[in-house]
Amino acid sequence: MILPRRQLLTALPASLALAGCDALTRNPTAQAVIKSGEQATQRWQRLVGRDGLAREFSAADISPVFKANGTKLPTNPEWQALAAGGFADWRLQVTGLVSRELSLSLADLKRLPQRSQITRHDCVEGWSAIGQWTGPQLAPILKAAGLRDGARYIVFLCADDYGGEASKGGLQSKSRYYESIDLVDAFHPQTILAHSLNNQPLDTAHGAPIRLRVERQLGYKQAKYLMRIVVADSLAPFGQGKGGYWPDRGYEWYAGT
Amino acid sequence: MASTAPPLDTPPPGMLAPPPRRVLRHHWLVRLTHWTNALAIILLLMTGLNIFGAHPRLYWGDAGSVDHRAGQWLEIGASPPWRDPGGWLQIGDQRFDTSGLLGVSTSAKGAPNIVAFPHWATLPSGRDLATARSWHFFFAWVLILNGLTWLGHGLVSGRLWRDILPSRSQLSPAHLWHDIVEHAKLRFPKGEAALSYEVLQRLAYAGVTLILIPTVILTGLAMSPGMDAAWPFLDALWGGRQSARSVHFIAMALIAGFLALHLVLVLLSGPIRQIGAMITGRLTIGGAK
Repeated sequence: MILPRRQLLTALPASLALAGCDALTRNPTAQAVIKSGEQATQRWQRLVGRDGLAREFSAADISPVFKANGTKLPTNPEWQALAAGGFADWRLQVTGLVSRELSLSLADLKRLPQRSQITRHDCVEGWSAIGQWTGPQLAPILKAAGLRDGARYIVFLCADDYGGEASKGGLQSKSRYYESIDLVDAFHPQTILAHSLNNQPLDTAHGAPIRLRVERQLGYKQAKYLMRIVVADSLAPFGQGKGGYWPDRGYEWYAGT
Repeated sequence: MASTAPPLDTPPPGMLAPPPRRVLRHHWLVRLTHWTNALAIILLLMTGLNIFGAHPRLYWGDAGSVDHRAGQWLEIGASPPWRDPGGWLQIGDQRFDTSGLLGVSTSAKGAPNIVAFPHWATLPSGRDLATARSWHFFFAWVLILNGLTWLGHGLVSGRLWRDILPSRSQLSPAHLWHDIVEHAKLRFPKGEAALSYEVLQRLAYAGVTLILIPTVILTGLAMSPGMDAAWPFLDALWGGRQSARSVHFIAMALIAGFLALHLVLVLLSGPIRQIGAMITGRLTIGGAK
């Protein structure tokens, strides 16, 4: 229906200002339009800063306490058994669209060339903390595995079942944490598999034994308690198909904002 | 040769004022961008207040969290037993009881609700960070593209100088004082004078469009880790991401204050005529006193 501009301009703000607002946020067409903003943001950030580096800070900037969020102690018995053994039996599996599947121990990861970076962690809630992360870059590991044709996403499967928090809205069912990134971020020099925070081995609350650091995105992308890396051509088979625990609950998959 | 006879269409002195006439006051692009901006600003305000509820604290510097409060200067919270009076706003060391509005308010169903801003001020009305964020960022795009359209038109057409920026003579203390007095007496321009903004109006519009809105955009971008990596000057400009978040909030509050004042003045100065002019573009001047 085409309304005269005069009618449209008066009717639109008035109707939006009323209780219809909440209903509109649940309308699928409105949701699809709104989601187009996320695409625009991702394309824009890739256009202006595909190779940009996240700012690195000095040791003096490190937050005295780095807030831990999300799961602080996985209840998964498999992870608990590995933790009890000091992660000596822990192996990071690299599978999916790869030429050679890898199974890497903590010692294997520490033998690779290491990168150490003091970066700012920005939580989707609004707070920030600065810490020093150390570990091998993801890129050489992916190159060692060899990406096969069709590889588009790197999916990170974690050990923790997260219950969500009612205060954060969205779907609140408990499920296994996972995250995913595209190849631009996977091969970014600051994307590392961190085993240390502030020169100490990762503690349980911060994601022992290994957590992903993908420094140009928000905190929920920094998947903790890594168990498996899957190279994939589609995000559909994982979780509810949106590419991550929080994206499945309405948050942006591209968490650059 | 110069003639002493007056032109035919000019009424002789002492006769009635010229009949009322309709004049084009607002260019169509100005009207379109005005209403688009109004929609975007209101939705950005409401979704922004919902987002703030996920972490109702502000800090100066690069970092800050509940575990690292050195830079904290503002917090909205609630204390047990989480009902009236339990809500508070803390600025620096000063704590103000804000029960019913900030910290604790009454939900749509009448129950005490522990949330920074009340349900009627936020979109969605309940806590929903994911939805609030996606709406906020969509309308941030609308705000930016719409603002650039308006600014480009203003620069190219010269309307920015003609309509928005105050002239040097308008900025003289005497002129400023005169306009302050006129506003205080609620005397609004009539006739030909209504075809151009007075100095306070120009300062307010220039302040919002050229300072506050660019500030919320640049501080908003500075909160994005992706944009900070792309344009490292963004967070440096504000002294860190948490400072940018604080300035974003302060600029938001000033815009909300402008919006309230703007609406009050529209209501006081003839809402039908003013809103009509911003919709149709046309204003009737002259005629009846």
